[in-house]
Amino acid sequence: MLDIFQYSFMVRAFIAGSMIGVIAPLIGTFLVAKRYSLMADSLAHVSLAGVALGLLLGIYPVYTAIAVSIFTSIVIEQLRTKYKVSGEIALAMFLSGGLAIAIVLIGLGKGFSVDLFSYLFGSITTVQTIDLWIIGTLGLIILSVVWLFYKELLYLSFDEEAAQVSGIPTKTLNLVLMILTALTVSLAMRVVGTLLIGALMVIPVVTAMQFRQSFKKTILTAILLSLFSVITGLFASYYFNLAAGGIIVVIALGLFGGSTLFAKKMIK
Amino acid sequence: MPLNHTPIVQMEHVSFEYNSARVLDDINFTISAGEFVGIIGPNGSGKTTLLRLILGLLTPQEGSVLLFGKKSHLGQNAQEIGYIPQKVTQLETRFPITVEEVVALGRVSQRGLFRQLNFDDRQAITEALDLVQLTQQRGRLITDLSGGQQQRVFIAKALATRPKVLILDEPTVGVDIESQEKFYQLLAQLNKEHGLTIIIVSHDIDVVVNEVSTVLCVNKTLIYDGTPKEFIKEDYIEKLYGKGRRFILHNH
Repeated sequence: MLDIFQYSFMVRAFIAGSMIGVIAPLIGTFLVAKRYSLMADSLAHVSLAGVALGLLLGIYPVYTAIAVSIFTSIVIEQLRTKYKVSGEIALAMFLSGGLAIAIVLIGLGKGFSVDLFSYLFGSITTVQTIDLWIIGTLGLIILSVVWLFYKELLYLSFDEEAAQVSGIPTKTLNLVLMILTALTVSLAMRVVGTLLIGALMVIPVVTAMQFRQSFKKTILTAILLSLFSVITGLFASYYFNLAAGGIIVVIALGLFGGSTLFAKKMIK
Repeated sequence: MPLNHTPIVQMEHVSFEYNSARVLDDINFTISAGEFVGIIGPNGSGKTTLLRLILGLLTPQEGSVLLFGKKSHLGQNAQEIGYIPQKVTQLETRFPITVEEVVALGRVSQRGLFRQLNFDDRQAITEALDLVQLTQQRGRLITDLSGGQQQRVFIAKALATRPKVLILDEPTVGVDIESQEKFYQLLAQLNKEHGLTIIIVSHDIDVVVNEVSTVLCVNKTLIYDGTPKEFIKEDYIEKLYGKGRRFILHNH
């Protein structure tokens, strides 16, 4: 057996990383298809405010991050549908707004800046057993919701108006997708950190799209690419002493670069 | 043409306003089963609004819109309607979805939540692809097809629903002339051989008046409701578009 697996913290890292590696590109595919990829980044910044709030109140930060980002995703959807605030504007407001609140909260509780740092850039090697339970449970919920509403979510992403005409409750479904995004972002925080979550949700999807396959196969390819990035990234971080979150995203980017060359060859 | 006068769409004293600007004023008409209706009018005449009212995407401030004899509600008649939005020009160029996956979306309204596609759905999808002659292309990405082929994919998607009425919004925008002709042939075939009621919104008056059985001409109010022959005889077109436009009616 590889010595890397003798450490229980590395085993937990692999378990958590693999679960996030599946969920992030799964939700990411729908976001990219809807041209909503920035949503992940905005909610990530908002979830950082949730982390700060949790640290300040002495509540486990993942819980407050989940609560705050879900709450915000609902507010953004309301702004979009009721007050016709455009998606981009809402996102810009919340991306910086979330960070602003986080900074204020950090200022209030001077002592926890080190903890917060680990949520900013991820610290997969400090993943606790409780994190595995949270990620596992909520991850399973995310997977089942997507499985149950797959064709509706695909329709929503492809053509919202036609979906509406065919009787799909598009407003509710949009909200569901936003809540799933909020959950994914909060869960992925421990693995790659709030600043890099967007990358893990988007880059493997864009890479998979290079292969010009069906929607289903694109999702599966994106998941494989992201799992590969997470697992090789964890090995690299252990053996070469690199920051896990960073190297995972760098590998994902490398795969994207490679795929552009490969895709060109395939078309020729 | 199998006209049995079952009303499909009934508009009674319908008026619609966007931000208190009246777009449609006191519209009345009935579309019966088996008709091939062209809704025409200049830009900003309210023809697309009219279509959205029929679909239930909009609700009128005054009057009532009846679909199959019942007040039009979104999704209520989803299984009877094949809606083909003005899509070709808006199609996201990188969206990874195959022809078959698009056509399968036409079955969503038949299935309801939680249900997976079954044998009946597969059959409807195959039939629809057959009818528009895209069986060979079923595994290809829709974005790899030509504008005319893409338009046929959307027809197949609508047909997979096995609808009673096809509703099309500016379907030939971004489609070359040759494909347009084929496209209208296909619509005529669906209308005559399959008895589908067809409602089409278009700014392309020349083509529409040659294909449809009924012309509805709107410009805020309903200006004309009748056969295309009469429409061309009278000077409606000059009234709408100014002098100098001529129309040639082909004989089919």
